Amino acid sequence: MFRLISEPLKIFGGIGTAYIFLAVGVWLFFLVIIPQVIMIDYSLRPVLPLRDIGGPKDIWTLEHYVQIAGNSLHRTIFAKTIWSSLLVTFFALLICYPISYYLAQVVKRTTLGWLMMALIIPYWINELLRLFAWQIILADSGVLNQVMLWLSLISEPVNFRAGNGAVIVGMAYAYILFMVFPLFNAIESLDRNQIEAARDLGASWIRIHRRIVIPHAKPGIATGCIMTFMLAAGTIAAPQLLGSPSSFWFTEIIYNNFETANWNQGAAYAATLAGLCLLFVFVMLRVFRVSLKELGR
Amino acid sequence: MPQPLPIFSETISMGQDVAIIDAGIRFDGFWAVRHIDVHIEKGEFFSFLGPSGCGKTTLLRLISGFLEPSEGQIRINGKDMRGIGPNKRNTSLIFQNLALFPLMSVSENIGFGLEIRRVSKKERNKKVAELLELVDLPGSGEKKVNELSGGQKQRVAIARALAVEPSVLMLDEPLSALDLKLRQHMRAELRKIQQQTGVTFIYITHDQTEALTMSDRIGVMSRGRIEQLGSPAVIYNTPSSPFVASFVGENNQFQGKVQTVNGTTALLDSEAGPLHGRNPFKLQPGEPAVAFLRPESISFDNKDAPCTNSLGCRIVKWSFEGAYITMVVRTGVDKKITVRLNNSGSSLDLQEDKKVTISFDPGNFLLLADREREGV
Repeated sequence: MFRLISEPLKIFGGIGTAYIFLAVGVWLFFLVIIPQVIMIDYSLRPVLPLRDIGGPKDIWTLEHYVQIAGNSLHRTIFAKTIWSSLLVTFFALLICYPISYYLAQVVKRTTLGWLMMALIIPYWINELLRLFAWQIILADSGVLNQVMLWLSLISEPVNFRAGNGAVIVGMAYAYILFMVFPLFNAIESLDRNQIEAARDLGASWIRIHRRIVIPHAKPGIATGCIMTFMLAAGTIAAPQLLGSPSSFWFTEIIYNNFETANWNQGAAYAATLAGLCLLFVFVMLRVFRVSLKELGR
Repeated sequence: MPQPLPIFSETISMGQDVAIIDAGIRFDGFWAVRHIDVHIEKGEFFSFLGPSGCGKTTLLRLISGFLEPSEGQIRINGKDMRGIGPNKRNTSLIFQNLALFPLMSVSENIGFGLEIRRVSKKERNKKVAELLELVDLPGSGEKKVNELSGGQKQRVAIARALAVEPSVLMLDEPLSALDLKLRQHMRAELRKIQQQTGVTFIYITHDQTEALTMSDRIGVMSRGRIEQLGSPAVIYNTPSSPFVASFVGENNQFQGKVQTVNGTTALLDSEAGPLHGRNPFKLQPGEPAVAFLRPESISFDNKDAPCTNSLGCRIVKWSFEGAYITMVVRTGVDKKITVRLNNSGSSLDLQEDKKVTISFDPGNFLLLADREREGV
């Protein structure tokens, strides 16, 4: 415990150390702990008229959670949100793994800078605008339908936005960066000689990826998947702009609650989502045998 | 002599020959290696020796299939290897940094090539145990790679490469990271393994001692070409070019002009005076020449047998190195010569500026054409 302070003190001096501890403290306390505590506190209180707040009726209760557990429609929406977020994560991984491998192991250093730039440039545009662009591409009279009609691949426009498809596509696109960077970092640290050694011992490309590259990149894959999954499960813009009425996202329920001034109920939904996602992530880490320590690598 | 271990199944022949026929490779308009012509016999221990950047690693990558020659051919067992990838060649490469798989155990590392070849688990374990025996690491199969010492990692890399029963095993400076004692030990070990398995070894090094002690033959490389090809004794005793003479071992250099030729010997009018030497490359009188003299073939204050070549010198400095004493002497015309004497145990009276006479046999004074000064 003493070393926790004495080590940085030696390196950064008094002011530097104070700054570091202050920054970490402010972040941890004001941006992580306090908001969560307030949200959970809200979720445990009944909806009351203003004059009753702080009064005898303002006691902690689990009524909101009981209500969520009893609402089968919301349970279904929650399950659908998790499932769709999983699909988003899966597609993002599918797209990003080859990109990351190419960037990390194949391409020349000089070209790498340009390609990285190309990856980032679309993100200079606001997320809402990018989602509107997808709306235009996927609309009934949109670009994709036009091209497919022109190529005679289809005889009449396809309604891409009927199910969850458009939302998943839009999100997989929106979160590419969050998947590419952890993957890139992980794959880049792999010694190229290991790939060549495996090749020299007779391994095919698929084998090399399965036995050498993917095991090495596992912590990066886990980080990328967790980030993408959490962002997907927690987003509201993509389902609202690209979704159909049938593809209701769990976050939209939370949003509606806050909009109708039912903050306590909304907080309970938000806490449920956060809790279940966290649980889900830990289960996934166990299943894929990645420790939290490895994630920090 | 230890008994050969039966690690190779009988159906697979052991070593195969490698023929490099006028091979070369160009990167961005620059020839990294060119006009390489070597026939490495099956079961031979062949070393490519050269300074860093001479193209020896490139040559190894050509043989293993990571690169394709821009011209010429690589033939293994008589078969042209063009278009055959490294995973389809019956060669194994040991990388300079070994490239062991850190996430796998020692057994998994050694068994990787067999796993790829779909060898059953039972057979794989048997083979891995045999290989661990061969490289003197019995019972270490369950260890993690990073629990091993440098020398042990080395052995695992050798075992992993041998597991796939290669007919040609290539080693890219695998001992350079080890300390001196371990390096000497591993040299003997490698040689032993090579003799036990009969696999053709192609070894790459910039360390001349390594090449000289282990190899059947050596190809000395410089700037993408092979300068000289021959047995260690030939390379050391009769280097064919000034580059080889100065790169392999220590050598004193004398520049001069050939004065007279008498059969296989010649008289060199050198910077240190007229000296008799061996003339295997038949230089003619008047030709510029450079002569090489090994520090250890010089004797010191030899009064019994008068020698053809002797020079009066003064000691500049000397250092005691245990087995020998190395000293630098200066001739009357200020030519510095390094002399290495065996430590006979009797005390030599050495001091700076002391007058001494050095002498050497003409057979150890080798005359080579001085290409850089030709036409001077």
